[in-house]
Amino acid sequence: MTDIPQSGAFPADRPAPKGGSLLVTDARTKKRNRAERRFKAYGIAALGIGMLFLVALLWAILSNGLTAFTQSYVQLDVPLLEEKLDKDGDRDPAKIAKVSTFGYAPLIEQALTDLVERTGVETELAPKALTKILSSSAAAQLRDRVLANPELIGQTVSVELLASSRVDGYLKGRVSRASLARDKNLDAEHLDLIDAWRDAGLVEKRFNWDFITGADASDSRPEQAGIGVAMLGSLFMMLVVLILSLPIGVAASIYLEEFAPQNRLTDLIEVNISNLAAVPSIVFGILGLAVFIQFMHLPQSAPLVGGLVLTLMTLPTIIISTRASLKSVPPSIRNAALGVGASKMQAVTHHVLPLAMPGILTGTILGLAQALGETAPLLLIGMVGYIATNYPEGVAEGFLAPNSAMPAQIYEWAKRADPAFYERAWGGIIVLLVFLLAMNLIAVLLRRRFERRW
Amino acid sequence: MNDMRTMDNAVLNETKITARDVHVHYGTTHAIKGVDVDIADRTVTAFIGPSGCGKSTFLRCLNRMNDTIPGAVVTGEIKIDEADIYDPRVDPVQLRAKVGMVFQKPNPFPKSIYDNVAYGPKIHGLARNKAELDEIVEKALRRGAIWDEVKDRLHAPGTGLSGGQQQRLCIARAVATEPEILLMDEPCSALDPIATAQVEELIDELRQNFSVVIVTHSMQQAARVSQRTAFFHLGNLVEYGETGKIFTNPEDSRTESYISGRIG
Repeated sequence: MTDIPQSGAFPADRPAPKGGSLLVTDARTKKRNRAERRFKAYGIAALGIGMLFLVALLWAILSNGLTAFTQSYVQLDVPLLEEKLDKDGDRDPAKIAKVSTFGYAPLIEQALTDLVERTGVETELAPKALTKILSSSAAAQLRDRVLANPELIGQTVSVELLASSRVDGYLKGRVSRASLARDKNLDAEHLDLIDAWRDAGLVEKRFNWDFITGADASDSRPEQAGIGVAMLGSLFMMLVVLILSLPIGVAASIYLEEFAPQNRLTDLIEVNISNLAAVPSIVFGILGLAVFIQFMHLPQSAPLVGGLVLTLMTLPTIIISTRASLKSVPPSIRNAALGVGASKMQAVTHHVLPLAMPGILTGTILGLAQALGETAPLLLIGMVGYIATNYPEGVAEGFLAPNSAMPAQIYEWAKRADPAFYERAWGGIIVLLVFLLAMNLIAVLLRRRFERRW
Repeated sequence: MNDMRTMDNAVLNETKITARDVHVHYGTTHAIKGVDVDIADRTVTAFIGPSGCGKSTFLRCLNRMNDTIPGAVVTGEIKIDEADIYDPRVDPVQLRAKVGMVFQKPNPFPKSIYDNVAYGPKIHGLARNKAELDEIVEKALRRGAIWDEVKDRLHAPGTGLSGGQQQRLCIARAVATEPEILLMDEPCSALDPIATAQVEELIDELRQNFSVVIVTHSMQQAARVSQRTAFFHLGNLVEYGETGKIFTNPEDSRTESYISGRIG
């Protein structure tokens, strides 16, 4: 105690404080602060670039794709002449059905000619050429309407018929008079008619539910193509993926995480699960082709097979995320359960699993979202191409009948020559993104809902 | 509790646990090197010793919690009431209902207070109906000296209690399955002095019904709550005897060094 100086002053032999006053920043500190500021700036710049790309992407998708959600229709008064559609006049559905679209085409031609006269537009176009204004599916549309309601025969009905993709493109600003010079599908004179009819309110653009609910259409009818059936194909695939991958993935993870002994074999399995998660999806596609189609002879292009392939692809993702969420449950919870005499199984099912649930569900939904957007494996099992013509009838057909899936449908449209399909491809991407966003939202909500602290 | 009372209470009850030549290996580590010990019924036995001396490891042998650690091998003989707990016929799950455990850090389930306590009795089928279960829960919470504090909020989450309350809840949870032995692995190390005092008081009460084995780093705690003390050093049981004797007149020089603060 004696060597503590009694006075407040420092003893003379004590060295002066190093580095000078605290009020002056020394060079070393300044350098460190500069480095820190630089690092922050890099981070902000990186974020900014990321945001810029995101904005550019969203802008590109929305500006190209939103037009797919509207479609041009022509209002037409079509005389449904009895002598053409039902010669006997007895409204026998079988006989009416015998009249093909060729029987309806002259009626539409007539209606168009009448419309030209009624609106008083001068044109040199022949009646036959006038039909280029309408979609080539116009006759079929009219026929479907008559078959559904034979009472219409003999009347003059006012129908809205799909305009052709060129007319639609003109109204959306995609097609100009100059570009039509190189296009034999439509002439500038048609556009004069369209201008006049638009002013008269006979041609209009409105929201296109058929794009969301409809089926794909052939190359010559882009205006009729919709993504609805492919959506259903995706839905059936996702059902298969969910039903198979959730229980298998969760069971495998629980076994590996909680029960499996630590040895070479389990190490090997773990490494391979991680490797599988990194395997390109097209490899799973060719595996599915070899096993499910060539060996097991499951139907080609079927959502069942697509779902099986995507299950293989999703399983590693689900196993990895489930194991991570099981690991994040503190061991004290397991000890507590074992300590009161719960069996290992009880400790897992009563305590660990409920706590890991948010993580498991999030991982599963993100895995599903990944599977929903996957295209490559579908190429190999034939879930692309012009196959989706109609809605499947019933659940069994939903799983087994040839169908497409949303990303495959988008790919298919993007591949086609007509620029009208290009617009649909972007529109399809919007629909797909809406689904993905919805799934991510569900994942977030589930995580919030089940989240518990310990 | 003062030392005088501890001395008074050092009546030797009959032996509850007998351990003979117990060795524990974790992989290549020899954690416990031939421990022989007899633990008396209705007595608080304290295990003391420096960190890493094997006292917790030995404690975890007594309810076979070491089984859950990969690579742990236990040899030797541990008998509870003359039954070898490492006999292949013994199911560790059944054993753990008989030998309750309280851990270092309070670890209530992220459920309600009621469910925390009711969980053990439920899985062991101790209650036939809701009324019986309510009764068991109340009894356990009273034994855990926490009933008065939580009786109005039995359905509040157990994790919302304070640290000391959580630990008493964990003790209540452990006694709810009517164990005969209660193992406590440094139960107060995460608690403040007031909560520690409450838990120590509780341990003294638990001695009426259970054989309590407590691992502690605090020699004062060992002196306060236990009747018998075992000193572990480097995997060996160095000295075992009445607490008063260990702390006042140890036989082994290592024990003396430890309690006087020279090693450890």
